[in-house]
Amino acid sequence: MEDLLSARLQMAVSLGFHIIFACIGMVMPFLMAFSHWRWLRTGRKEYLDLTKTWSKGVAIFFATGAVSGTVLSFELGLLWPEFMRHAGPIIGMPFSWEGTAFFIEAIALGLFLYGWNRINRWVHWVTGVIVGISGVASGIFVVAANAWMNSPAGFDWVNGQAINVDPVAAMFNRAWFSQALHMTLAAFVSTCFAVAGIHALLLRRHENHPLHQPALKIALSFGAVAAFLQPISGDISAKSVAERQPAKLAAMEALFETSQPASLVLGGIPDETRQRVDYAIHLPGMLGFLAHGDFNAQVTGLDRIPRDQRPPVLVTHLAFQVMVGCGMLLMALGLAFVVIRWRFKHLLSHRTFLTVVALATPLGFLAVEAGWTVTEVGRQPWVIYGILRTKDALTPMPGLVYPLALFTGLYLVLAGLVTWLMVRQIKALHGSYAPKLTKV
Amino acid sequence: MYSVVVLFLGLSLLMYCLFGGADFGAGILEAFTPKRSREKGENLTYQAIGPVWEANHIWLILVVVILFTGFPRVYAEISVALHIPLTLMLVGIVLRGCSFTFRHYDAIHDRSHDYYSRVFVFSSVGTSLFLGVIAGALSLGRITNASTVSFAERFVRPWFNWFSFSVGLFACCIFAFLAAVYLIGEAREVRVRHVLWQQALRANLATVLAGSLVFLAAWLDGFDLVGRLLHHPFGTACLFLATASLPLLWYSLRRSWVILPRFLAGFQVSMILLAWIWIQYPLVVQVADGQNLTLQNTRAPEATLNALGWALLVGSGLILPALFYLLKSFKGDLSWPAEPKHS
Ligand code: HDD
Ligand code: HEM
Ligand code: HEM
Repeated sequence: MEDLLSARLQMAVSLGFHIIFACIGMVMPFLMAFSHWRWLRTGRKEYLDLTKTWSKGVAIFFATGAVSGTVLSFELGLLWPEFMRHAGPIIGMPFSWEGTAFFIEAIALGLFLYGWNRINRWVHWVTGVIVGISGVASGIFVVAANAWMNSPAGFDWVNGQAINVDPVAAMFNRAWFSQALHMTLAAFVSTCFAVAGIHALLLRRHENHPLHQPALKIALSFGAVAAFLQPISGDISAKSVAERQPAKLAAMEALFETSQPASLVLGGIPDETRQRVDYAIHLPGMLGFLAHGDFNAQVTGLDRIPRDQRPPVLVTHLAFQVMVGCGMLLMALGLAFVVIRWRFKHLLSHRTFLTVVALATPLGFLAVEAGWTVTEVGRQPWVIYGILRTKDALTPMPGLVYPLALFTGLYLVLAGLVTWLMVRQIKALHGSYAPKLTKV
Repeated sequence: MYSVVVLFLGLSLLMYCLFGGADFGAGILEAFTPKRSREKGENLTYQAIGPVWEANHIWLILVVVILFTGFPRVYAEISVALHIPLTLMLVGIVLRGCSFTFRHYDAIHDRSHDYYSRVFVFSSVGTSLFLGVIAGALSLGRITNASTVSFAERFVRPWFNWFSFSVGLFACCIFAFLAAVYLIGEAREVRVRHVLWQQALRANLATVLAGSLVFLAAWLDGFDLVGRLLHHPFGTACLFLATASLPLLWYSLRRSWVILPRFLAGFQVSMILLAWIWIQYPLVVQVADGQNLTLQNTRAPEATLNALGWALLVGSGLILPALFYLLKSFKGDLSWPAEPKHS
C-alpha cells in the first residue's frame, strides 16, 4: 500500500478509536457525579450502586483512552514530522494546556476511584466533578489545535517557514469556538445515548430493575438537552465552514457548480467524474440559507476550486449526510423523551420505547466518527489548510503499512476486549442483584 | 523562559523515570515473584500504583508536548530516526496500561486473569527496554538525516546496537529495583516484605552489573563514554555519588528500614539521570553527519517559549497542590512502623 495512504489510515484508525474513549471520559464523570449527588442527598442505595457500577466502566474506558491518547501524541511525529516541525511551536499552547488538564483529570480520577471511604464525602464528590470539567477542558484544547489546522492563524508564512509566531492568536483562531462547542455537545450526545441504549436493552430483559431505571432517566435527560442543541451548533459550524473553507463546504454539500440560489442536496451519490449527484433530493435555496443565512445567497461550488485543491467529494458528502441524519434522529428521540417524561410517564418503561432507545445506541458515536470524517477528509489535500499539503508532511520512513496493520490489529483486539469486559461487568452486576430482582 | 522550559523538560523526564519507572518495575518484578506470594504481590501493586497510575504517566506526555512545542526539530528528527523503537515502546505502553486496568476491573476472576498478568509482565519489560534503547540511541551518535543512505543505515543502525540495548537492560534493572524499594513501604506483611527485600537486593545487584555492561557495550560500539564522562566532571560526580551511596543502601535494606532506602533509591536514579543529562546538555540528538541538534539550535521562537513557559508555571501551580493531596491521601502513612503487625 502507498505510504501516504497507510499513514492517513493509521491516523484515522487511531483517532477514530481514541475519540470514543475521549467522549466517554468527558461525559461519564458528569453522569456519575449526578448519580453520586442524588445518593448524597437522598441516601438511596441504588444511586450509590449506580455510581460505583458506572465508575468501574469508566476506569476501563479511561485507561484505554489514556493509552490511545499517548499513542496519538507520538504518532503526530511518527507519521507527520514535517507538520509538527512547523505546527508544534504554533499550536503547542493548546497542547500544553491540554497536558495540564490531563494531569488534573488523572489526579482527580485517582482520588475519585480510590477515595471511597478514604476522603471526605463531599470532597470526594467534587473530585468526580473535577474529572469531568478537566476532561471537557482537555477536549476543547485539543479541538482548538485541530481548528487551527482548518483555519491557520497566528503566524506569517514566508518562504516555507512560519515567522512572527503568536501562539495566543493561533489558539483562538476562527474555527476554534464553533468546533469546540460542537465537539463538546457531540461528546454528550454520543455518550448519553449509548449509555441510555444499553440500560434500555437491560431494562427490556430485567423489567423495573432498580439500577437501570434511574440510569436510563439520567442519561436520557442529559442526552436530550445536548441533542436539541447539537443541530443549532451544527448550523453555526456550517456557517463558519462556508466562510473559511468553501472547498470543504462544497464537498460536504456535493455542490459541483457555484449557484445562486443554491439548493440543498439531501442524500444521493456524488459522481466526481461526471460532476453530478445521482438519486438526491434538492431543496431550492436552502443551502444559501444554511450557509449564509440568506435564501438568495451565492454558494461557491467546486468549479471555483483549482482541481488539485479539491477534497474527495463522495466520502465527505456521505459522511455529512450520516452525521446530520443521526443528529436529526437523536434530536427527535430526545424530544420524544421530554414529552413522555412530562406527560406520559407510564410509557417510560414501555417495551416499544425501550426498543427504540436501545436501537439508538450506536447513532451518536456513528455521528461523531462521520463528523470527524467530514472535518478531516474535507480539509484534504491540506494538513494545514492552504499552507502545507498532507503529502509534504509525511515521514520518509517507508513500509508504513506495517505499523498500520499493527495498530489496527491492536485496536481491534482492544475494542473486542473492552466490549467483553463490559458484558462481564453487567453479568456480575446482575449476579449480585438477582435475589431482589426475582421478587420485584 | 528558555531556562524554565528546559528545567521543566528535565524535571518531567526525571519524574517519569522515578514514578513511571517504578510502575514499570512493579510489572517486571512480578515475573520474579514466587507463586505463593503472587496474589499478595498483585494486590500490593494495585494499592501502591492504582491511584497514581494515570498521573505517573502524564509526565511522559509532558515530555512529548514540551519537545514538540519548544524544540520541534528535535521531536521531528527523533520521530523519524527512531520510528521503530518508538512504535515498539508505544505498543508496550498500550498493552501495559490496558492489561493492568483490565486485570483489576475484570468483574469475573478466571483464567483470563493469568493472561492479563502475562501481558502485563511482558509489556512492562518491553516498554522499559525500549525506553532505554531510545535513550541510548540519542547519545550514541549514529542518527543520520541524510536521505541517501540505505533503510538499515537510517532506520535500524542508530538503535540496533550493543550500546542501546545495554542501556535498555540497565533501565529494566533499575526500574525493578526502584519498584521493589517503593513497594517495601507499602507491604503490610512481614512475609511479603521479605520477598521484596530480597528482590530489591537482587535487582540492585543486577543494576550494578548492567551498569558495567553499559560501559563494556559502549567500548564495543566504539563510543567513548568514559572520555565523555571525564569531560564533564559534574556528571562524573553524580555517578560517583550514586555508586558511593550503595553501601548505605544495602545497610539500610538489611536493617529493614523503609524510608531511607526509598530516599536513596530515588537519589541514585536521579543522579544517574542527571549525569546523563549533564553529559548530553545541551545536545539532544547526536547526529552522525551534519549538525547535531541541541536545545539551543532547535528552540522555538521566543513567543512560543514564553507561552509554553507560562503554561508550565501556571499549570504546575494548579497541579502540584493536587498531586500533593493525591499522594497525601494514599501515601500519607509512609512512616508505617518498620516492624509491621503480624496478621
Ligand atoms: C453526536 C455527534 C454529532 C451530531 C449529532 C452532529 N454532529 Fe456535526 N460534527 C460532530 C459531531 C456531530 C463532530 C464529530 O464533533 C465534529 C467533527 C469536528 C468537530 O468540530 O465536530 C462535527 C463537525 C461538523 C461540521 C464541520 C465543522 C468543521 O469542519 O469545522 C459541520 C458543518 C457540522 N458538524 C454540522 C452538523 C449539523 C448541521 C448537524 C445537524 C444535526 C450535526 N453536525 C450533527
Ligand atoms: C477531537 C479530538 C480529541 C478529543 C476530544 C480528545 C479528548 C481527550 C480526553 C477527554 C482525554 C481524557 C482521557 C479520557 O477521559 O479517556 C484524552 C486523553 C488523551 N488524549 Fe485525546 N482527544 C482528542 C484527540 C487527541 C489527539 C489528536 C491527541 C494527540 C496529540 C490526543 C492526546 C491525548 C493523550 C496523550 C491523552 C491521555 C491523557 C491521560 O493519560 O489522561 N488526543 N483525550
Ligand atoms: C478525534 C477526532 C478526530 C478524528 C476521528 C480524526 C480523523 C481523521 C481522519 C479520518 C484523517 C484522515 C483524513 C484523510 O487523510 O483523508 C485524519 C487525518 C489527520 N488528523 Fe484528524 N481527526 C480527529 C482529530 C484530530 C485532531 C484533534 C488533530 C490534531 C490536533 C488531528 C490531526 C490530524 C492529522 C495531522 C492528520 C493527517 C493529515 C491529514 O490527513 O490531513 N486530527 N484525522
